[in-house]
Amino acid sequence: MPVTAETIIQSLASGLLMGLLYGLIAVGLALIFGLMDVVNFAHGEFLMIAMYATFFLFVFFAIDPLLAAPLVAAALFVFGAVVYLLIVRFAVRAKANAGMVQIFSTFGLAIVMRGLAQYFFTPDYRSVTHSWLGGKTVSVAGIFLPVPQLVGALVAIAAFGALYLFINRTDFGRALEATREDAGAVALVGIDKNKVFALGWGLGAALVGLSGAVMAIFFYIYPDVGASFALIAYVTVALGGFGSVFGAFAGGIIVGLVEATTALLLPPSLKAVGIYAVYLLVVFIRPRGLFGSM
Amino acid sequence: MDTSFARSRRRDLIVAFCLAAIAAVVPLFVKDVYVQNIMVLTLMWGALSQSWNILSGYCGQISLGHAMYFGIGAYTTALLFTKFGVLPWFGMLGGGIISAVLAMALGYPCFRLRGHYFVIATIVIAEIVLLLFHNWDWAGAAMGIDIPVRGDSWLKFQFTRSKLPYFYFALALACVAWFVTWWLEDSKWGYWWRAVKDNPDAAESLGVVVFNSKMGAAAVSAFLVAVGGSFYGQFVSYIDPESVMGFQFSLLMALPAVLGGIGTLWGPLLGAVILIPLTELTRSFIGGSGRGVDLIVYGGLIIAISLARPQGLVGLFSPRRKEAAR
Repeated sequence: MPVTAETIIQSLASGLLMGLLYGLIAVGLALIFGLMDVVNFAHGEFLMIAMYATFFLFVFFAIDPLLAAPLVAAALFVFGAVVYLLIVRFAVRAKANAGMVQIFSTFGLAIVMRGLAQYFFTPDYRSVTHSWLGGKTVSVAGIFLPVPQLVGALVAIAAFGALYLFINRTDFGRALEATREDAGAVALVGIDKNKVFALGWGLGAALVGLSGAVMAIFFYIYPDVGASFALIAYVTVALGGFGSVFGAFAGGIIVGLVEATTALLLPPSLKAVGIYAVYLLVVFIRPRGLFGSM
Repeated sequence: MDTSFARSRRRDLIVAFCLAAIAAVVPLFVKDVYVQNIMVLTLMWGALSQSWNILSGYCGQISLGHAMYFGIGAYTTALLFTKFGVLPWFGMLGGGIISAVLAMALGYPCFRLRGHYFVIATIVIAEIVLLLFHNWDWAGAAMGIDIPVRGDSWLKFQFTRSKLPYFYFALALACVAWFVTWWLEDSKWGYWWRAVKDNPDAAESLGVVVFNSKMGAAAVSAFLVAVGGSFYGQFVSYIDPESVMGFQFSLLMALPAVLGGIGTLWGPLLGAVILIPLTELTRSFIGGSGRGVDLIVYGGLIIAISLARPQGLVGLFSPRRKEAAR
């Protein structure tokens, strides 16, 4: 494909859409990190089970991924809260090797989830074969945009808007903000820290659930699918600055655009190199990411 | 120096010598090739984890990108051998030196990063190198390199008739990695590393050259891991990017240390002795019918250990290490 102005605009547009989705995938990670300084290394596997949930709702109940999205998000909310209560709650209490415990307990969870998926769902590649949006494209001013990604991007924007309102306008949102500012002090005003953390994990997981449902429309579903998206999510979150919700949004857009640009310049198999290189460049210059506080 | 400390260090050395001597005679009685294979892998992963532990355990710079050094060791040896006929021994040394130099070159910008930013940088760098090898035609790209059999001798480091030579090399590697750790533990660097791990700012203010000590740890660690990779390439005699540089190798290097006790002398070996046979046995007993069961066992063990005994299993065996493991 010759590189013309048209192809550049075309790929930047699809990069932007993908970038908004990357932001949505990553925001749950950023939220949890901001809340309690924990990186969930099973984040990609959360995405994976959300995609499988969407797939099975489609296969067994003929529910379109778009309708399944709120159900999947709700299921993931419960799952995230349970993971906090059963594993993470104890991991953050570790007295020895605290950083290591945090990393490897969630890594262990990721490995178990991947194993369970291989065992129960087999390593086969699955896909949602026909859905309302799958395979459709629209043409806007001569640029062709895939409908699933377009809707995904709109969902991402809506989710970010809702999250913003939620954090700033609701009691739970304020409790969340207060806990991330100072978890010790909130206990003094009668907020149950554990409850806030559990709900925070639930909310973070629900956001991954939402993105998983959208991803299932146009991406293959297999036990290891989370791995590559997880790395992109870490880069997105770190680019924006760990813990910054707005940073994840901006980081996602940057990652999407960089990926699209790299794909124009290098062979497709190397398109991830651009994202990784940008991550390194940013943290070498600003070791706390673009919007992270020192 | 505290005499009880000196005494227990001497005891460590004696115990290690006895264990190595016992390990050396075991394959003379255990002739089963399958079991010998597991023993080779156990020793190799023990040695790798011990090397990983120098940077990530003692110095506290958790790297999840060590698969890169492993792969560079394997590739350097295989490429020099297949393209230029250079003996694997030189490839091993070359791979080690390249890795050590690379570790320092990468450490220069990376060691300014802290916490998760550092961990993710190590993953990302290894991933870039993996992608580059995938696209590097001269090095076989995604197809990898088949290492041709050119004999059966220590000189060529190829053994077709028996697994025993591989076993003894793996044992020697484990001993070297252990001894280097033992020696460094009580050296100036060893103390620096623990200070850097506990509190880099305080260490700096007390005159520890934090940056240089991290660089030293990275170089030693990368060198030993590359030698292990070089050995692995010869052992399996076929390599491709995914099979020597995949992310799972970085994880596999970390897990024995995590299980046994991160930042401890005996932790990585103990972890490998438990973990590797367990995985191999689950894999072959449950095997193809239940794909993924080995992962479930593995991951479950990691969660259980990191929650229930974050200092690792090693403290159960030695009272002194309980404090040291912290």
